[in-house]
Amino acid sequence: MNNNSYISYPLEIIEIVSHTEIDRTFRLNSNMNLKSGQFLEISIPCFGEAPISVSDFGNGWLELTIRKVGRLTETIFELKVGDKIYARGPYGNGFDVSLLKNANLIIVAGGTGIAPVKSLISYFCVNRSSISGFDIVLGFKNPDSVLFKREIENWNRYAQVMLTVDHGTCNWKGLTGFVTKFIDEFRLHPGKTKAIIVGPPIMIKLSALGLVKLGVAEEDIYLSFERRMSCGIGKCGHCKIDNQYICVDGPVFTYNNAKRLLD
Amino acid sequence: MGIKLTYAAFDKALKRLAEKYLVIGPVRQAGKGTYSDTDLIGYGEISSADALVLSQKSNFSPKEYIFPLRETLFNFNDNQLSVPQNDIREVIIFLRPCDINGIKRLDTIFLSNGGTEDFYYKRIRQKVKFFMIECREGFDSCFCVSMDSNKTDNYSCAFRFNEKEILVDVRDAAFKDAFGNGQEMPFQPEFVEENHIKVEMPPLKSLSDKGIFENPVWQEYTSRCIACGRCNVSCITCSCFTMYDVKSEECANSGCRIRVWASCHIDGFTDMAGGHSFRKKKGERMRFKTMHKINDFHRRFGFHMCVGCGRCDDVCPEYISFSKCISKLNDIIAKDIDE
Repeated sequence: MNNNSYISYPLEIIEIVSHTEIDRTFRLNSNMNLKSGQFLEISIPCFGEAPISVSDFGNGWLELTIRKVGRLTETIFELKVGDKIYARGPYGNGFDVSLLKNANLIIVAGGTGIAPVKSLISYFCVNRSSISGFDIVLGFKNPDSVLFKREIENWNRYAQVMLTVDHGTCNWKGLTGFVTKFIDEFRLHPGKTKAIIVGPPIMIKLSALGLVKLGVAEEDIYLSFERRMSCGIGKCGHCKIDNQYICVDGPVFTYNNAKRLLD
Repeated sequence: MGIKLTYAAFDKALKRLAEKYLVIGPVRQAGKGTYSDTDLIGYGEISSADALVLSQKSNFSPKEYIFPLRETLFNFNDNQLSVPQNDIREVIIFLRPCDINGIKRLDTIFLSNGGTEDFYYKRIRQKVKFFMIECREGFDSCFCVSMDSNKTDNYSCAFRFNEKEILVDVRDAAFKDAFGNGQEMPFQPEFVEENHIKVEMPPLKSLSDKGIFENPVWQEYTSRCIACGRCNVSCITCSCFTMYDVKSEECANSGCRIRVWASCHIDGFTDMAGGHSFRKKKGERMRFKTMHKINDFHRRFGFHMCVGCGRCDDVCPEYISFSKCISKLNDIIAKDIDE
């Protein structure tokens, strides 16, 4: 059955970390060969299948950061350590780390958009000397929806991290406002800067426009798209935009290519 | 190799072929038409020349025999996955050149796009043989000549159904003895050279213009289209599907994962978990489909997806015409160039 790409394989849950009431990270046993920014088709038999970003990976394990938003994810939230999640993949092009070498790297992520770039951030924290500058702008709806609080504290040691929420509370001492507000305040060397933007479509668009305004070349801005998908292998047609299939040609596109995609 | 057959000899040959093959062709389904007391022409099993409907275009394409409307990918039983056996026989399909060319589009998506072969499509497709029905005149809504899909030599046998006899061109050695002792005579099928409807295809680059995307021409489709998806279902080249899990009602831990045809016109096609969706207006969906059929696919694979069979025009309850849509776009672009 090796030529049947629709078959999923069970992966055992080895750890579950709860971030918020509706966001959890599931660490699974896996020997998959992965790249940052790739995704898996995740399923529970009888409850459906969905594309989920790999939020981090290492030797013998991978992580999925999942928001409880539907039938499948509600079922996944009932699982415990030792239970199994079905998976097939990995799919998508992912980020090419070698293209980011020596750059002043800016990563802008909104909400669950942090998942596809988390492993990339971890990579550059470990390999900090392979890039020259490292700025991270993270946006969440409110203080309660902040993901990866512990990891973010650690990233502060390697990068300039700006954590902002759209709506603060009286106890919130951090930044408030959309990520775009902070992009506008950047002082950067346009020629050396490379940027990655992941999040809701409107955040991606405005952030990219903001960076272009600061002089960052369109081909130095990488975006990761999210679309409905069934197959993950260029057959079902749900994720097609223009003449591109997000599942096989993306999900990562440079901004100069992405902005040409008419939908 | 050309053979002349009597109708009786043809029927005899079909009977012999039916021992090995599932033989299907356009057939009349009495009373199943759109209006009361009308018939539907769909694809079904045939055992004689009488059953073949040649005087009308089929409302549905033979697509469902290669890419079933609903297909089980695997069954679950206590979390054990099992792929259903494919026990279908080899298939012979009687079809016209446009549909043979349409299946080439399905092959392109299922067997090559993304670099992966679709397991389920391939296991049926490799059992399919084409018996081409010669098509020299087409029907009222056809525009295959404009789409360059009126001709093909991709068939095992081709047939001309004359009043008294049938002429066969056998290209596939597997069928060289299939027609018994018919009389040998030269025969090459002919193809439609001109349709009633002609469309000028707009140049590819011109369709990718933002001005075309934002043109008010799409607004009419927003008010007219009712998102029923009949155009997609009748289309030989629409290949989209959605996968679902179905839980067995009798047994708690069993069920199956299926795929079902999907339509880019119908609500929900782009819905994502969390509530975000794209192309909410019907006109945007018409634009998406149009671009796929006459622009995006060509830019990816080098030929148009639409084959000009005109079935979408035939079935639309709102009288939306795809050939008119192409012509309108061409006029807009020609006018822009003139100005």
